[in-house]
Amino acid sequence: MLAPNSLRQHRVDHLLIAQMVAHGSRVLDVGCGDGALLQLLADTKQVDGRGIEVSRERVNACVARGLSVIQGDADRDLDDYPDGAFDYAILSLTIQATRHPKTVLEHLLRIGRRAIVSFPNFGHWRVRSQLLLTGRMPVNEHLPDAWYVSPNAHLCTIKDFVDLCRVVDARVERAVAFNSWGRQLGTWIPLTAHNMLGEKAVFMLARK
Amino acid sequence: MNTVDQREFPGDARVLEANRPSSKYIDIPASQALRLDCDQLLGPFRIAYETYGELNAAKSNAILVAHALTGDQYVASVNPVTGKSGWWETMIGPGKPIDTNRFFVICANILGGCMGSTGPASIRPETGKAWGLDFPVITIGDMVDAQVRLIDHLGIDELFSVIGGSMGGMQVLEWASRYKERVFTAVPIAAAAWHSSQNIAFHEVGRQAVMADPDWCKGRYLEQGKEPRNGLAVARMAAHITYLSEEALHRKFGRNLQDRATKTFSFNADFQVESYLRHQGSTFVDRFDANSYLYITRAMDYFDLAAEHGDVLANAFKGTRTRFCVVSFTSDWLYPTRESREIVQALNAVAANVSFVEIESDKGHDAFLLDEPELFATVSGFLNAAAAKRGLSPVTGTR
Repeated sequence: MLAPNSLRQHRVDHLLIAQMVAHGSRVLDVGCGDGALLQLLADTKQVDGRGIEVSRERVNACVARGLSVIQGDADRDLDDYPDGAFDYAILSLTIQATRHPKTVLEHLLRIGRRAIVSFPNFGHWRVRSQLLLTGRMPVNEHLPDAWYVSPNAHLCTIKDFVDLCRVVDARVERAVAFNSWGRQLGTWIPLTAHNMLGEKAVFMLARK
Repeated sequence: MNTVDQREFPGDARVLEANRPSSKYIDIPASQALRLDCDQLLGPFRIAYETYGELNAAKSNAILVAHALTGDQYVASVNPVTGKSGWWETMIGPGKPIDTNRFFVICANILGGCMGSTGPASIRPETGKAWGLDFPVITIGDMVDAQVRLIDHLGIDELFSVIGGSMGGMQVLEWASRYKERVFTAVPIAAAAWHSSQNIAFHEVGRQAVMADPDWCKGRYLEQGKEPRNGLAVARMAAHITYLSEEALHRKFGRNLQDRATKTFSFNADFQVESYLRHQGSTFVDRFDANSYLYITRAMDYFDLAAEHGDVLANAFKGTRTRFCVVSFTSDWLYPTRESREIVQALNAVAANVSFVEIESDKGHDAFLLDEPELFATVSGFLNAAAAKRGLSPVTGTR
């Protein structure tokens, strides 16, 4: 395990994912960015990790630090992978930026024995109130860009995502929402409350 | 070089090198002849090679560098024919991305080459004359099979890495396909799994230029004390354009005139770019054998790793445990990124461990030989991580 100090530098959803993933498993991180999650999983769980990232600069930085990453994107390149190639196919804060979230999710469930998806919750009370009170697309820490430059093409709420899981026949094995302070919401509170109070959510899914 | 040698091998240091390499070499006896892809047996044959750094006790730190079409074994040391420094000294040496303080680097002249490994310029034992066109047509796979004999000779079971650019990358892919269990990591750079129609077309122009030169003498020029200098120079000039990019040519030469203020209204080399190409052509002829050029370009044309595996490239890598790092360059139109991506797709289809980096450069195909910091960062990062997995200590050998 890493020292508590270095853990503090990690994103809360990454830390949660690192808890979910089994030791020594095979992991594909789709939209792996600068490789922070892959590095965390390699350091704490000794996973056999691979990444896909659209930005050439970030890919090159990942490979230069020794991570197995290819330049590609979720919409185009998941097709190449065989069924069940990985124990976990992870999509962390990326699904909202894909062109075809449903197809991408189906691929994740096909490629990985489990899929782990995290996303910003558009149903969070602050997002709702911004839209309600200002009448404009919300801009905040987690949705930092104006609508016309934002890479986010398909924003959804936690409830919307639960619906999608039903559509693609995925079983929700675990669902966790984080509030604005990065704390996990209690599992006992109802879905509607999660959808209101959760700023980010992490789902672990499996094929039915 | 003594006078007897000069009478025996008329010509220059190059012809001598083809038969008496200054580098290390091994001679494989006829009893261990190589079964070529064309089904002929080749033996005895010689593989000339150089090594850098030290092989560790476990023999686990060896990196084979595969050279490109006109390369040679002098990857990080002075070429005895040209007197120039090694062709990849930016990449290989102490403290370089392929660090010879840590790795034992092997580079062999390819089969069919003209720097000491058996090829058309070598003396054929049966006849006492150069092989010329009697040399069998070889393939990239044959080159790799010949290298395997060298690696066996060095007592190495598993190469830590096979690395190469362009045709070197083709050899890397063939190694990773034919000898999966002997390749821990593979780094094909600016390469492709098959030679495109356009690439075959350019090679054919080069070969026709050589063969149209009367001094080619139907391939028997060495016996007649001649050389198809003009033909080979034209072949090199045409090929050299394909190694660059329009942008790089324009930046370097534009429409600038060479050592003159105005056009001469003649067919002299008025433009700098013409002068540059003529220079490239003539220096190439001084160091390369024309028949070798024919054979090696042919081997590249024949290369199609998918065709060798039922037209499914992924089959070439089925069951691989090798870690791959595929590299392409944005301005390389000879082996474009698209073709590297096909390799990556095939590797993904068998869930292989693969990294893929496209490096932004305007220098065209030749970028892999040039000072490209991102290439160096990629190669060293990839190798260091793999070395940790392989349990290699950070630095072996002596400083």
